[in-house]
Parts: sequence; structure tokens; C-alpha cells
Amino acid sequence: MADAIENETQTPAPFRRSREDHWLVRGGLTLATLAIIGLLIVVPVVNVFSQALSKGLGTYWHNLTGDADTRHAILLTLTVAPVAVAMNLVFGVAAAWCIARFQFRGRTLLITLIDLPFSVSPVVAGLVFVLLFGAQGYFGPWLREHGYQVIFATPALVLATAFVTFPFVARELIPVLEAIGPDEELAARSLGASGWQMFWRITLPNIKWGVLYGVILCNARAMGEFGAVYVVSGRITGQTDTVPLRVEKLFQDYNTPASFALASVLTLLALVTLFVKVGIERHARPKVEKKE
Amino acid sequence: MASVNRRVLPGFSLSLGYSVTYLSLLVLIPLGACFLKASSLSLAEFWAAVWTDQARAAYRTTFGCALVAAAVNVFIGLIVGWTLVRYDFPLKRIVDALVDLPFALPTAVAGMVYATLYVENGWLGQFLVPMGIQVAHTRLGIVMVLVFTGFPFVVRTVQPVLEALDAETEEAASILGANRFQTFMRVILPTLLPAIVTGFALAFARAVGEYGSVIFISGNVRFETEIAPMLIVSRLEEFSYREATAIAVVLLTASFVLLALINVLEKWSKRHG
Repeated sequence: MADAIENETQTPAPFRRSREDHWLVRGGLTLATLAIIGLLIVVPVVNVFSQALSKGLGTYWHNLTGDADTRHAILLTLTVAPVAVAMNLVFGVAAAWCIARFQFRGRTLLITLIDLPFSVSPVVAGLVFVLLFGAQGYFGPWLREHGYQVIFATPALVLATAFVTFPFVARELIPVLEAIGPDEELAARSLGASGWQMFWRITLPNIKWGVLYGVILCNARAMGEFGAVYVVSGRITGQTDTVPLRVEKLFQDYNTPASFALASVLTLLALVTLFVKVGIERHARPKVEKKE
Repeated sequence: MASVNRRVLPGFSLSLGYSVTYLSLLVLIPLGACFLKASSLSLAEFWAAVWTDQARAAYRTTFGCALVAAAVNVFIGLIVGWTLVRYDFPLKRIVDALVDLPFALPTAVAGMVYATLYVENGWLGQFLVPMGIQVAHTRLGIVMVLVFTGFPFVVRTVQPVLEALDAETEEAASILGANRFQTFMRVILPTLLPAIVTGFALAFARAVGEYGSVIFISGNVRFETEIAPMLIVSRLEEFSYREATAIAVVLLTASFVLLALINVLEKWSKRHG
């Protein structure tokens, strides 16, 4: 704001508008942007809901709740995603604390390794767990002897989901903690607070918006994960199908309205995630200028 | 700021120990298992698994489509990023929020809806197919969904740089007689370049590994629209774990090279940004 006023007074009139584009360029680029967002994002989203509701609201509701396998898929996703998110949340807070507050050897390496799962194909992420826990895997025989089922069961779904969504919370919290700085924590310690008192009363309240955003984003990805879960689940209908896998199965069975009905729930989840993100940014921005 | 005395702030060993343990158990050891499994193959076996005609065609499709999609993302990402930073228009905040939708929308949903939109009787296919433009079950379709999944990367890397650009540089260019186009090409674009390269690399890396969205639109035509992750899945379904692992190692190596590249670029752009 201050910059703009300064420019008004200092820059000579003919050059004041030097940052403004010709109205044709302006209009053209704005239209192009609206067209890009419209074609790439809005039309697909509208299409999901239109397909889902094409047979009326009654059928839509029946598609979501009337099928036992679909109900099981929803329940399974509501089990797997929270566990994976909770695992990554604890890790994210721990990793952000040591990276943002301390200097140590291997710090840069740790930051790089946290991003590693982002650049691994989800299919490969699923494969590595099959290699470890599958029937022919390294721990497969031992697990079978002791009666544990990991692959083609819920534990593998949790592991694969946690792998794919691994970086989200940590990536979100590191810049937030760095931006806040350690002053308040140092003050709390010097006034005699114990480590956990400091954490619960100072650190956590300070980073709560970052935590919330990280969790929301991590959860959206966890509930929507497809490739990794596809590989480790064995796709047993009514047993290891999560919501995205169920969506695919219904689609391949040419049950388009039912698959889009279920897809519309995931789309709604994505839209709510964006909505919450915007809300959090408006809340948190004035306090902490986020640096990416 | 990060060099606070470890005796003053608590929890260093606990948080570092926990982070490293969790990282090792969930990510490093599983990935290591993949390389261990691949190393049980002889070089000839490995080569036979990763260099078949089918595999070569799959790499071509994977990397080719990812490259084209990332390039398209740079182009449209620049337009959208520029418009969102520089201009005001109705619905701007909604448009800005929608840019992130591809990050939040499950890829399977994206693939399914794109496949439905572009078939002959789909909303967009009904116009495109009569014109001879086939999107569903072609490489063009793969590029389309990859453009979708990678779209936010370039916009979000370019936006902060554009916001931070100072007015004086552009004004100086204008005062010295440059027209708008020259200012953009010679002053603005060079400043944006590191962000563009980072955005491109991120979108490309994401596109190489993408699976969920592609299987719906590709139609899985062998030698034509089969991508490398699909090849891994079909090897797994035949219980050929060793072949699947060998192809996975090729993909992983490509990912690691990309990750290293992104890191170098980020450091470079921080120094020049």
C-alpha cells in the first residue's frame, strides 16, 4: 500500500501507467484465464454433479446408501484415512520442530527426504509394500506363520496411504514454525515451563492454523488416493475397496450414475478442502506471512 | 534462527529421533526393499525386463506425454498467474481458489470425468469428435489429464515472484524507451525464469508417476497409450514381481534425478530470485 502511494507522488505522469497493459491485452488474458479455468476445472466439476444427479435425487441417495459394498467402501475410507493422517500429523509436528528450531548435521538431507514420496509414483509406492509384506515378500512367510494379514487388508491400505501423503503436514508446518521464531518458547522456558507445557500452551496454539490446513490437505489426498491403494488392496469387493477403488469398479461395470454419485462425494470433499484453505489463509495471513 | 541452543529448547533428540525412525520405517526401508529385490536380478535379466518393445513404448508415452503436459502447464500457468496478480475481474477470488482444485480432487475422479466429457456423446466430445479430434483413448487424452493434475504447480510458483516484482524496474524500462512487449521479454521473463523452471519440473515429476487419472482415459492400448506405471500393474497382476520391480527401479531412478534437479533449481532460484 505504502509503495503505491509513493509511486503516485514520485513517478512522472506519462510513466505512472507503465505497469498497465493495453486494454486489449488485459481483456484477452482475462478471457483466456476464465476459459482455461472453465474448461479445465469448472466444466469437469459441474459434469460430476450433473452425471450423479441425472436420475434424480432419490436414485442419487439410493446409489450412495443402498449398496452394501459402497457402504463398506465409505466406512473403510473413513477408517484408513484418519489413521494415516494421524500418523503423518505426529511425524509432521516432530519433523517441523527439529528442522525449524535446531541446526544439525544432515538437516538439509532430512528436508529433501521428506519430499521424497512426492516424486515417487503411487504405483511404485504400492509395489514396495507388496515386496515387503506380500506372500513372496521379505516378511511374507513370517507374517503368514504368525497369522497376520497385511497385504490385501487394511494395514497395507493404511501404510500405502500414509506413504503417499507423508510430506503434507511437515511441509506445511516447517515454514510456519520458522516464521514465528523461538522467542515465545524461549520466554516460556526461562519462566520455568516444562517442555510439554511449552509445547501445549505456546507452540501448538501458535501453529494451529498450519496444523489444521496440513491435516485438511493430507486428509483430502488420503481419502482420494488411488494408485498406491489399487496395488496393495487386491480390490476385493466389500472387503478392501476404498471409495476411489469402488468408484472405478462401478465405472468399469458401466454403472455410471452410481460411480458418479460416489465421485460427487469426493468432489464435494475437494471443494470443502479449498473452502477451508481460503478461510484459513484469511485467518492466518495477517499474523504469519507464509514463505514458500 | 534455527541455531537455538539445544540446552534451552527441549525435545531435539526426541523429535529428530522420532522423525528419522518414522521416515526410515515408512519410506526409506520400503524403497530400499525395491532396490534390493531388483539387485537379485542378473544384469541380463534386468535388461530383459526393462528394455522390451512394450516397455520402451511405455517409457516413450510416459515421458513424452509428461513433457508435453508440463510445457502446456508453463504456457497456461503463466497466463493465469499473470492475470491473477495483475488484473482485477469479477469472481477473481473464486478463480484463484479453484486453481488448487487439482491438488484436492482425487485423480480417479479427474480421470473418470475427463473420459466422460470427451467421448463421442460427452459434453465436449460431441463437438470435438465430429471435427476429427479424438481425446478419449488417445495420447491427447493422457496429456489432457496430466495438464489437469499438474496445473497448480506453475501458477503457484510464478504468482509469488510476480507479486514481489518491484514497480521501479518496469518503470525504468518504460522510461528508457522499452515498449510493453520488450519490458516483458527482457525484464519480467528473466526474473520469472527460475520459478517457471521449478514449476515445470514439479509438474513433469508429478506427471511421470501419475496413474489414477490416466487409466480411465487411456483405454490401455498397448504400444500406444500404455504408460510405465500401468506396465508395473500388469506385471504385478501376472505375479511377475521381479519384472515389475525392475521397471519400478527405472521409474524411481528417473524420479530421484528429477528430485535432485528440482533441489538444485530451487537453490539457484533463491540465489537469483
